[in-house]
Amino acid sequence: MSVPVLQIDGLTIGFGATAVVRGVSLDLRAGRVQGLAGESGSGKTVTAMSVLGLLPRTATVTGSIRLGETELVGLRRRELSAVRGRRVAMVFQDPSASLHPQLTVGHQLTDHVRRHLKLSKAAARSHAVELLARVRVPDPGNALGRYPHQFSGGQRQRIAIAIALACDPEVLLADEPTTALDVTVQAGILHLLRDLAIERNLAVLLVTHDLGVMSAIADDVAVMRHGLIVESGTREQIFLAPSHEYTRALLAAMPDSAPAVRADAGADASALDSPDEEGTS
Amino acid sequence: MSALLTIDDLVVEYPGRVTVRAVDGIGLSIRPGEVLALVGESGCGKSSTARAVVGMERPRSGSVLYRGEAVPPLGLRRRPNRFTAMQMVFQDPNSSLNPRKRVGAQINDGIMAAVARGAAGSTPGEWIEAVGLSSSLLNRFPHQFSGGQRQRIAIARALAARPDLIVADEPISALDASSQAAVAGLMRRLCLDAGAGMLFISHDLSVVRVIADRTAVMYRGKIVESGRSETIWSDPLHPYTRALLSAIPHPDGRGILPAAPDLEAPASWSTVLPGALERV
Repeated sequence: MSVPVLQIDGLTIGFGATAVVRGVSLDLRAGRVQGLAGESGSGKTVTAMSVLGLLPRTATVTGSIRLGETELVGLRRRELSAVRGRRVAMVFQDPSASLHPQLTVGHQLTDHVRRHLKLSKAAARSHAVELLARVRVPDPGNALGRYPHQFSGGQRQRIAIAIALACDPEVLLADEPTTALDVTVQAGILHLLRDLAIERNLAVLLVTHDLGVMSAIADDVAVMRHGLIVESGTREQIFLAPSHEYTRALLAAMPDSAPAVRADAGADASALDSPDEEGTS
Repeated sequence: MSALLTIDDLVVEYPGRVTVRAVDGIGLSIRPGEVLALVGESGCGKSSTARAVVGMERPRSGSVLYRGEAVPPLGLRRRPNRFTAMQMVFQDPNSSLNPRKRVGAQINDGIMAAVARGAAGSTPGEWIEAVGLSSSLLNRFPHQFSGGQRQRIAIARALAARPDLIVADEPISALDASSQAAVAGLMRRLCLDAGAGMLFISHDLSVVRVIADRTAVMYRGKIVESGRSETIWSDPLHPYTRALLSAIPHPDGRGILPAAPDLEAPASWSTVLPGALERV
């Protein structure tokens, strides 16, 4: 198999005395989608955020995150900013929160491109039009002068993806990229992410709790719980022959994998009602 | 059996620079002991329908009859006691529970509503245990629970009023994926045990399939397909229902991308197919 583009090794993240990520190791490879599954609070988002140094200052990060020759853990702000958006880009759950409401789409699509790639205004603009056309935003020329609120939720996520890809990154981190979208819109975004990973040879980290989404586009899957990766493997291994009890419980909790839950759906929950369902008094 | 809730030709509009017709002449009915799911994508009018049913929205025209009586608009005054047998569960338990009141006291409010109506009394402990939590937690405040537990408490509070009709607007979408099916199943079971009817609103068709007896699919303010859940799931007739069902990705590990409809909604989605309504 190819050399990993991004190697996370023994990553541990703590807030005060609590470790929320405990010794996580993951390899992202070019052209492949690595899925990271788990429930809320399992540490999957924190893991993704740590790659870009987006954690609050109170977080302590140990272990290693290597992007090619560059070690990202402990990198200074200035050095990080050469990586952020340039070599590693991120797409978030809610495009209405990640896009700036008062700046035009064109502004948001060309700002970092001009900075990172040193393009002229005109070159950045035509680059932006190409990108919008690629992510299938209708009428890309006109779209540059419009504001995020003038687009639908699905189009906004397409724009956020275009912004992420504008500097031709090696790694794309996607944190619940379709969770806020309707199912018919989600299907379109999944097609787009899959195609982009292949045609741009992107290494994608897909963080999602939705195992249907995971099954549709992930090549490899890691399952997280309480800050640990409890199981990882290829998509087929995880879905068809899960070896860890927790993975099996997660799969069994999906309504369409267990049509028999109708009468006694409550019973399935016991395996999952774990310490994190306890009150945080 | 006579219907508990009858919605007839309901229209809900939001006036403004351009008047938005959120609900465009729909009809539905729910019998006691029956779960009816209303599904559709954001903006299709399902929440407006729920709000009109409980009186939080004044219908432009059409009628909402609860036990044959028109539901009065919800105002600042206390409702007549008989309408407290209609209870609502909202999407976000953070906004439906009182943050400064212990959960036991909030569940007790539901019990008092039932008693005022002449129904049998009960204790908060029974209800919190019915939703799978320990009665030792009654003295806690909402912020001391996780999101999933809070929603269970909101459900316990609604059930404590011994409702005969529950209107639940996306009650499970704020929960973890692994507990969604379990909480939905729990709601169905508790509702049927009490002989109540439920209007269950959701955008998640796979959950609806396992808990609803009948399903109505809403698109742009209109119901495009309705009938027995299993019939709709296994043999959808309307093009919109078909697109919706085939867009759901299945956790089968086969790496199959769900079918994505065109970027522009096809005109066929808005067509009226009389044969797709009231299917058995």
